[in-house]
Amino acid sequence: MSLLQVDGLGINFGGISAVDDLTFAVPQGRIYSIIGPNGAGKTTLFNMISGIYRPGRGRIRFDGQDVTNLEPHQLARIGLSRTFQNLQVFFRLTVLENVMVGRHLHEPKGVLAHALRLPSVRRANADCAEKAREFVEFVGLRDADRVAGALPYGALKRLEIARALASEPKLLLLDEPAAGCNSVETEEIDGLIQQIARKGTTVVLVEHDMKLVMKISDRILVLDRGRKLAEGSAGEVRHNPDVIRAYLGSHGQEAARAQS
Amino acid sequence: MISALRSSRLAPLLLLALVIAVAPSVFPSVFYYEVGASIFIAALAVVGLNLLMGFAGQVSLGHAGFWGLGAYAAAIGPTHMGVPPLAGLLIGVLLTMLIAWLVGRPILKLRGHYLAVATLGFGFLVTMVLTNESRWTGGPDGMGVPRLDVFGFVIRGSRMWYWASAGVLLVGVWLALNLVDSPTGRALRALHDSQVAAAVNGVDVARYKLTAFTISAGYASLAGSMAAFSDGHITPTSAGFLHSIELVTMSVLGGMGSIIGAVVGAGLLCALPQLLTVLHDYEQVVLGLTMMLIMIFLPLGILPSIAARFGRGST
Amino acid sequence: MNGGTAMPEVMQFLFSGLTVGAIYALVALGFTIIYNASEVVNFAQGEFVMIGGMATFFLYAAGVPLWAAAPLAIVAAVVVGLALHKLAIEPARGASVVALIIITIGASIFLRGVAQIVFDKQYHRFPAFSGETPFHVLGATLLPQSVWVMAGAACAFALLWQFFERTLAGKAIAATAGNRLAARLVGIDTDRMIALSFALSAALGAVAGVLITPITLTSYDVGTLLALKGFAAAMLGGMGNPLGAVVGGLVVGVIEQFSAGMLSSKYKDAVAFIVILLTLFVLPHGLFGRGRIERV
Repeated sequence: MSLLQVDGLGINFGGISAVDDLTFAVPQGRIYSIIGPNGAGKTTLFNMISGIYRPGRGRIRFDGQDVTNLEPHQLARIGLSRTFQNLQVFFRLTVLENVMVGRHLHEPKGVLAHALRLPSVRRANADCAEKAREFVEFVGLRDADRVAGALPYGALKRLEIARALASEPKLLLLDEPAAGCNSVETEEIDGLIQQIARKGTTVVLVEHDMKLVMKISDRILVLDRGRKLAEGSAGEVRHNPDVIRAYLGSHGQEAARAQS
Repeated sequence: MISALRSSRLAPLLLLALVIAVAPSVFPSVFYYEVGASIFIAALAVVGLNLLMGFAGQVSLGHAGFWGLGAYAAAIGPTHMGVPPLAGLLIGVLLTMLIAWLVGRPILKLRGHYLAVATLGFGFLVTMVLTNESRWTGGPDGMGVPRLDVFGFVIRGSRMWYWASAGVLLVGVWLALNLVDSPTGRALRALHDSQVAAAVNGVDVARYKLTAFTISAGYASLAGSMAAFSDGHITPTSAGFLHSIELVTMSVLGGMGSIIGAVVGAGLLCALPQLLTVLHDYEQVVLGLTMMLIMIFLPLGILPSIAARFGRGST
Repeated sequence: MNGGTAMPEVMQFLFSGLTVGAIYALVALGFTIIYNASEVVNFAQGEFVMIGGMATFFLYAAGVPLWAAAPLAIVAAVVVGLALHKLAIEPARGASVVALIIITIGASIFLRGVAQIVFDKQYHRFPAFSGETPFHVLGATLLPQSVWVMAGAACAFALLWQFFERTLAGKAIAATAGNRLAARLVGIDTDRMIALSFALSAALGAVAGVLITPITLTSYDVGTLLALKGFAAAMLGGMGNPLGAVVGGLVVGVIEQFSAGMLSSKYKDAVAFIVILLTLFVLPHGLFGRGRIERV
């Protein structure tokens, strides 16, 4: 059963088609990677799936439901979450508060109750903080009470993941989680992603690091100039002549090494 | 003991209550009760404005419009509609919040400058209505306001207003502090830092902005009503552009992102002109200069900057 | 309204609408130039108009002939514009949108306050450029000064067009507006270009002030409402689009005069606010604006 189904998706920006006629399906409980050179439309695709851009054409189905025109917060409600390539961390909040926002949907609403700080709200605050701490620890961060703006880059990347996980999503979109990370950090992120997938969350990953992608992905989608170039298992994609020609030229050796 | 106080969430509130309680013992004359009352009333409006500007990050340049609506509700209710003053106040708050909700829905879709200009326009619109509909409002010369009585107990004189407005302010600050440390507060602070990320985490950004807008309007209306009752007379200038600017300056001065900062900002800006009457002609120069200098050199405002200086190392 | 006298009334509203609309267009254009070059919305734009009018009056009242007072007033406005940029905008580079709004509003209030002290709180005017006897055109009266306003505004637009299309400085500003980093990389001093944009906007505003004062009078606080209306015009035309600013200004002016004449003159100034709301509902990007896509 595919959790996410994309059919004929397309969008134009000022006359240029950033994504065109894209069709693919993400099976539940797997790690699905999307690769392609810069400008291939990967982040645009993510933005459409997460409701930030409205697609010009095509459909998106999530968990059987047509979600093509839903707003981001509505998508979050039905179990979709994401991280951002250019960190959208809440810099003035603490690490813990960032992740607590991730749990927003699990918190009680009711502004009046909040203003009066009813006992139920106090309890909910404490529960939320406790749960948030679990996610902070899960991604390997300490200093939950530090202001996010003071954290180094690698930690911020992990903070975004913790925040996205805190809503307990069915589908997690990770937009270049290892970008700008050194090899040690990348290993850690790699391990983290696999742990997330093992717990049952479906992961869709956009990444440039070929070693990482080939190692952990169950299926890979290759984009070129907004269109699908290839789709399949790591092995299939690696040996696809179109893909090799377009991208893996220099990365081919990396990928081959990742095999062993 | 200092560190225990610092970590207590309500410590600022207790400190404020202490200062309020102790201050009258050093007042040289009854006049200072009046100054105090006007500070507390202004601070109430600025607390609401801080929730909107500092926490939700939406600039409002027409906030005095809500103050004016509250002020005139306090006057028109008893004078033209025969409702008791207290009912006029309460209806005024509810009506103002309703208007804020209706106006906010379309204009909060705007961002940054557009929103600022739309709020500016709103303020002008309110002033125009208050000036033009003289049958109800008494026109440019304004109208008289009866005394406020709370279930038979009449609030009269600077001393009583000092304690009454202090009480209302303390409750208002308490509610605001609670909000800040709640899911609503976190959602507001989140959407201020990144609307996109907040949305993706399930925050209905439009709804929360509207909530902040409506609540801040309620605070302003309440303040306006109290100012009307305590002054005994109101004019359309209470809804005017200059008053909106005064409120924004108080917010910026004390620290937009700080609830207690609102009180500090109101205190500084209210007290100085009262005590230094010669400044009156220079008011706009001082306001403008303050806004520019604070934003360029001390963008967090006075209170948060001091807090940062002393709180270095702690969260 | 009977058909017999409708035409002259319509022409009357049209003339006054175009006159006042030309002023809004100049203010809107000033907004647009600064906004395009630096992404700053200069809330003090209206004050340049005020300075144009007030400075001219006070110089004239002190004995300086009108043909010298006006250019001097324009120069004064340009100096203020450059000072605004240097002292308030440049130090705040990189500040948040909220901060920039407060800074330019603060500048606007500051300038009002200074004007109140340096000048005074009265309304003033100086004589129209070529007499006060109105013409009769198509059944309506037209003031000679109105013609000056519309012609003057048209000249200003034409000169500006030439400046941006033909001169190196103009193209440099356009480049800065298009892509600041790229402009820097090809050696354009972007700070200077932004300063120039402030100077140009100030000049435009001052010209507007000089032209309109014989008709509408001026005082220290006319700037705020003008800025609001100029902004509404810029929004209507599509924020950042110069042609839109001009069209927007004329449209706002005409709608305002028609509503004042046919509906209620008490709420004339509310028209701009209503235009803003309507623009938001019906045409979020204005008449000529391109959508701004927020890249995440």
